Amino acid sequence: MVGLEHYLSVAAALFVIGVFGLFLNRKNIIILLMSIELMLLSVNINLVAFSSYLGDLVGQVFTLFILTVAAAEAAIGLAILVSFFRNRGTIAVEDVNVMKG
Amino acid sequence: MSVADFAFYVFAITTVASGLFTVVSKNPVHSVLWLIAAFLGATGLFVLLGAEFLAMILMIIYVGAVAILFLFVVMMLDVDFAELKAEMAKSIPVALLIGTVLLMQLGAVLGVWQFADGAEAARAAITPAVEEIHNTAALGQILYTDYILLFQMAGLILLVAMIGAIVLTMRHRTNVKRQNVIAQMHRDPAAAMELKDVKPGQGL
Repeated sequence: MVGLEHYLSVAAALFVIGVFGLFLNRKNIIILLMSIELMLLSVNINLVAFSSYLGDLVGQVFTLFILTVAAAEAAIGLAILVSFFRNRGTIAVEDVNVMKG
Repeated sequence: MSVADFAFYVFAITTVASGLFTVVSKNPVHSVLWLIAAFLGATGLFVLLGAEFLAMILMIIYVGAVAILFLFVVMMLDVDFAELKAEMAKSIPVALLIGTVLLMQLGAVLGVWQFADGAEAARAAITPAVEEIHNTAALGQILYTDYILLFQMAGLILLVAMIGAIVLTMRHRTNVKRQNVIAQMHRDPAAAMELKDVKPGQGL
């Protein structure tokens, strides 16, 4: 019988892979966004696993909201990326100093 | 090992391996395809956990919308990915170090945690039995009552994201012919065309 720990292990591995990807692809912002999506997915797996094993539906409701925010974040991030590429001709993250912040 | 256990291991390995290939892939298009595979694996895990509605939502939103959006952007932008990948080798040690430390921390928690004493009693919405009411209906019954405010705010977030994405990516080019609707509506046959009476054998 597969226990809760199995699902938590999968989620932990996926989260670590996401963080690993953030540090591995520091230049390529598209892969950075994908790594963030992976991390959000691992959080979703955690929430749904706890929701299922504890018998509490609220975890699934919050997973729904995380999905919403993740979709909005991906759309906005890619829109910023497209308009940045139009202005600068590159997507290297280290060149992002237009505002000199 | 039962069929459910076997399915769990298949989906778990699919998810984790696809996630790993997503971040180490040389070609961003392959990365997006591996990302889709990871989402499909997670869909299987959700089904195994009894969250069918979320599984289908994950498939529709992530695979159908988000991953395809990534694919569009990767293919539309003319980026020199080889140049971006060239410096990847330099960051491997740091990435491995941070990944290992994080994995050990999470593993340490995973070994010793347990539910609190009051966890069972503190449940906010107890899942009804599957024979009584299905997952989708049960989710809808609390989503549209207890969590209606959050639900509407989620809709607002999506609206703002949609408007923001349109505003960010819209641009007016200068030397492009555009449709002038007002001019089109105010033209009449008298102004639009002229009748010429052509004599036979003469031409214009």
